[in-house]
Amino acid sequence: MATEHAEHAEQAEQALTPSSYIEHHLSFNAHGINGNVTEKGFWVLHYDTLIMSVVLGILVMGLIWLVARKATAGVPSKGQAFVELIFSFIDDQVKNIFHGNRHSFIAPTALTVFLWVFAMNSMDFLPVDWVAGIVSFFGGAHAKWRAVPTSDINTTFALALAVWFLMIFFSIKVKGFGGWIHELFYSPFGTKFWVLPLNFLFNLIEYVSKPLSHSLRLFGNMYAGEVIFLLLGMWAATGVAGTVFGAILGAGWSIFHILIVALQAFIFMMLTVVYLAMAHESH
Amino acid sequence: MNINFTLIAQAIAFAVLIWTTVKFIWPPLLSAIETRQKEITDGLAAASEGRSALEVAAKQSEVTLNEAKQKASEIIGQAEKRGSQIVEEAKGTAKTEGDRIIAGAKAEIEQEVNRAKEGLRSQVSALAIAGAEKILRKEIDGKAHSEMLSKLAAEL
Repeated sequence: MATEHAEHAEQAEQALTPSSYIEHHLSFNAHGINGNVTEKGFWVLHYDTLIMSVVLGILVMGLIWLVARKATAGVPSKGQAFVELIFSFIDDQVKNIFHGNRHSFIAPTALTVFLWVFAMNSMDFLPVDWVAGIVSFFGGAHAKWRAVPTSDINTTFALALAVWFLMIFFSIKVKGFGGWIHELFYSPFGTKFWVLPLNFLFNLIEYVSKPLSHSLRLFGNMYAGEVIFLLLGMWAATGVAGTVFGAILGAGWSIFHILIVALQAFIFMMLTVVYLAMAHESH
Repeated sequence: MNINFTLIAQAIAFAVLIWTTVKFIWPPLLSAIETRQKEITDGLAAASEGRSALEVAAKQSEVTLNEAKQKASEIIGQAEKRGSQIVEEAKGTAKTEGDRIIAGAKAEIEQEVNRAKEGLRSQVSALAIAGAEKILRKEIDGKAHSEMLSKLAAEL
């Protein structure tokens, strides 16, 4: 019975069923670290997410750095003009939201967030099966690779948590520790004694909901986009009609996804700026 | 949905990227853009300054030109006045001079006439005496007497 079960599982693993296809595409290239031999628990590293995001981060910020290094105040080169376009776009957005010295930290952070998230999101344009094909060429049929780092909750949560900590850091830096604690209890409903617990509860919910909504919005969008591509890919495998419709709908979804990729990167950046700007304001 | 160490790794990567941007990417771009903006602002300010200076200069030149014109016409007027004055003066001088000359001439003429009269008078008296002498010598001849008188009259 046990052997039969194992055999069955092995068969299922080898046969290409819809569920195995999706499962394969939605599995991370996970490796246990720090003595962990399984792919479960906290001590696990998603190599695909990490490598993709770091390579993209180095690529994007490196390109910008190459231009910034030789930035001239005179007539800019085409590359510099393009980079300055992005720079001014981010700078204008931040200027509208945050009224302080944005150049020391918040605006550069916004630029980083926008470009990095945009680059990671745009990995969604790579056809899912091409990625799988390249990876299986190098790493074997069972090698797993998720090309979109932002469809890994770890990435979006890492970004959102980093922003969350920065939020608390700036709150304390601007208002002092006492001021921050004071704000936790005395806003938004007033300073009457009986509303203090209510204030605290409200702020607590706000502090919990901010990183959750911040990270899950991006994750959900990118994950859903990936799943839809997978479903279309699956449909394409069912026959000629499926291939035709899958291709047409896939093209449509890709075009729509260009908007989503840019929009989600923009929203993530804006929320980062808004949260950090709110941390600077006293209530 | 499994939270694991990847989160920490991504957060570190994020921190490093932010640090890189804050340190190496944002400042040179910002300084380049701000320098250029300042240069453009300065250039525009200089241009408008130049334009206003030009306007002032144009106004100034117009004023100077008008002044010069006014002065020139004044000078011309004065010169004309002076010219007519000189002419008047010259006319006056000429008239007095002419009058003087005429008066001199008249006086001379008078003198001359007087002198001639004087001469005539002395000649007439001499003639009269001579005539009288002759008359007295040829008193006997009446005929010759009248002839003498008519001769005398013709001589007068």
